[in-house]
Amino acid sequence: MEIRADFHKRLHNIKDDVLVLGSMSGKAILNSIDALRNRNLELAKQVIEGDHIINQKRFEIEEKCIQLIATQQPMASDLRMIVSVLNIGTELERIGDYALGISRVVIMIGDEPPLKPLIDIPRMAEKTIDMLRRSLDAFINQDVEGAREISAEDDSVDNLYDQIYRELLTFMIEDPKTITRATRLMWVAHNLERAADRVTNICERVVFVITGKMEEIGASKY
Amino acid sequence: MEVTLNKNIESLPYLDNVKLRTRMANLYYNKFQALRNVTLEIPSHAITAIIGPSGCGKSSLLRLFNRMNDLIPNTRVTGDIELDGKNIYEKSIDVVDLRKRVGMVFQKPNPFPMSIYDNIVFGPKQHGRTNRNELNKIVENVLRKSALWDEVKDKLEQSALALSGGQQQRLCIARVLAVEPEVILMDEPCSALDPVATLKIEDLMRTLREIYTIVIVTHNMQQAARVSDMAAFMMMAGDRAGELVEYGHTSQIFTNPRDKRTEDYITGRFG
Ligand SMILES: Nc1ncnc2c1ncn2[C@@H]1O[C@H](COP(=O)(O)OP(=O)(O)OP(=O)(O)O)[C@@H](O)[C@H]1O
Ligand SMILES: [Mg+2]
Repeated sequence: MEIRADFHKRLHNIKDDVLVLGSMSGKAILNSIDALRNRNLELAKQVIEGDHIINQKRFEIEEKCIQLIATQQPMASDLRMIVSVLNIGTELERIGDYALGISRVVIMIGDEPPLKPLIDIPRMAEKTIDMLRRSLDAFINQDVEGAREISAEDDSVDNLYDQIYRELLTFMIEDPKTITRATRLMWVAHNLERAADRVTNICERVVFVITGKMEEIGASKY
Repeated sequence: MEVTLNKNIESLPYLDNVKLRTRMANLYYNKFQALRNVTLEIPSHAITAIIGPSGCGKSSLLRLFNRMNDLIPNTRVTGDIELDGKNIYEKSIDVVDLRKRVGMVFQKPNPFPMSIYDNIVFGPKQHGRTNRNELNKIVENVLRKSALWDEVKDKLEQSALALSGGQQQRLCIARVLAVEPEVILMDEPCSALDPVATLKIEDLMRTLREIYTIVIVTHNMQQAARVSDMAAFMMMAGDRAGELVEYGHTSQIFTNPRDKRTEDYITGRFG
């Protein structure tokens, strides 16, 4: 007989909140890259202004977790779940911050002529967002194997980052006038690389909720 | 049966200072089996909590350690139960001496209807201590240890029944300490107490643990988590009582239990 139905329902609702936060952060990354691709400064501004909503959502989740800890004395997997939600909330909020960083770069770039057609950066963003979505699926479905797999895919984001770095370096060496523009794109790529690292942290938390073990999976190259 | 047993033994945590040990312990009240192949090692200078739903056999297990079950007619015990490596169910064992070494505190404070002072010296007198000076020292010493001295030092001749519930329980602990036991068994010692008195007893247990070995049965999971170093989870399934499901360090049991049944019980997914 389930005797803590109310508590478990509240815990379940918090997991829903994590999904909402995740989709907000993912959307922010998507929008920031769209803004870059289409030189949509209006959209970039929206991402910047929307960041505080993401922060608020995270605080709301934290508040609910603290309430549950203080009033319900969670134990075992429930305790691990709440601690992990607190951590995942932080990771998601930071991913939102990277979107904000990218959007600021977009505004700096303004209407400068493009350095080159954007190919690898959008690809990097897509991969990151795909990993993010699947990590949250793994979180909801308590899927350890899934979490480990996603984490391993961080390598492909790192490889794209390498590629972008080398390419931009070539531009800068050949023509120092491109340095400013190339550096800005480097920042964008760097923000995406960091976002993907945050996804691997989320995956570590998913593994922890299920197994109770803190393991560092797929340590990032960067 | 073999399977449960082996799994039980394998999963025992490694302890290098075993005070109490049961091996394949079974207990029957008439035909009813109240403990099933319980194998367990309890470390000295630590607090071990026994948790589990009502009727699963916690008190029965606790009473095994000072042969209190002997007082219940038609009980039968099989298996080994050892104190310091010596089987306490052997014929040569003097039960009075055993109960001096293994004291017990009960759920309801049960002071004798006499003065605070006499409650404490009762045991030592039984064991032949009569020197007034010596007895005075014992009284002060154990009342200090049980954190009651300051509250009662001016009214030692007053009836123990006039104390509050929490004070009475600390007096009962003092009374146990007065016979200089090595092990203190506590069966839900706080269930009749308010939260502040409860925290006082818990605090007291933490200090006593330096000197004694404590085994506590409690229904309060938070209490088990707060005070104990080791935790044992027992269960009953249908009419089968007395199975030790999981035993380990408290930090592990309450954050990452190995057995699904422990997990379900401590997270309130079944009760
Ligand atoms: N004297 C007795 N005679 C017969 N059966 C008994 C006796 N004492 C206990 N039992 C039975 O043995 C089982 C274990 O009892 P025990 O008192 O050890 O449980 P417990 O875990 O301490 O329960 P509670 O949490 O309610 O105190 C129960 O099913 C109980 O009915
Ligand atoms: Mg009992």
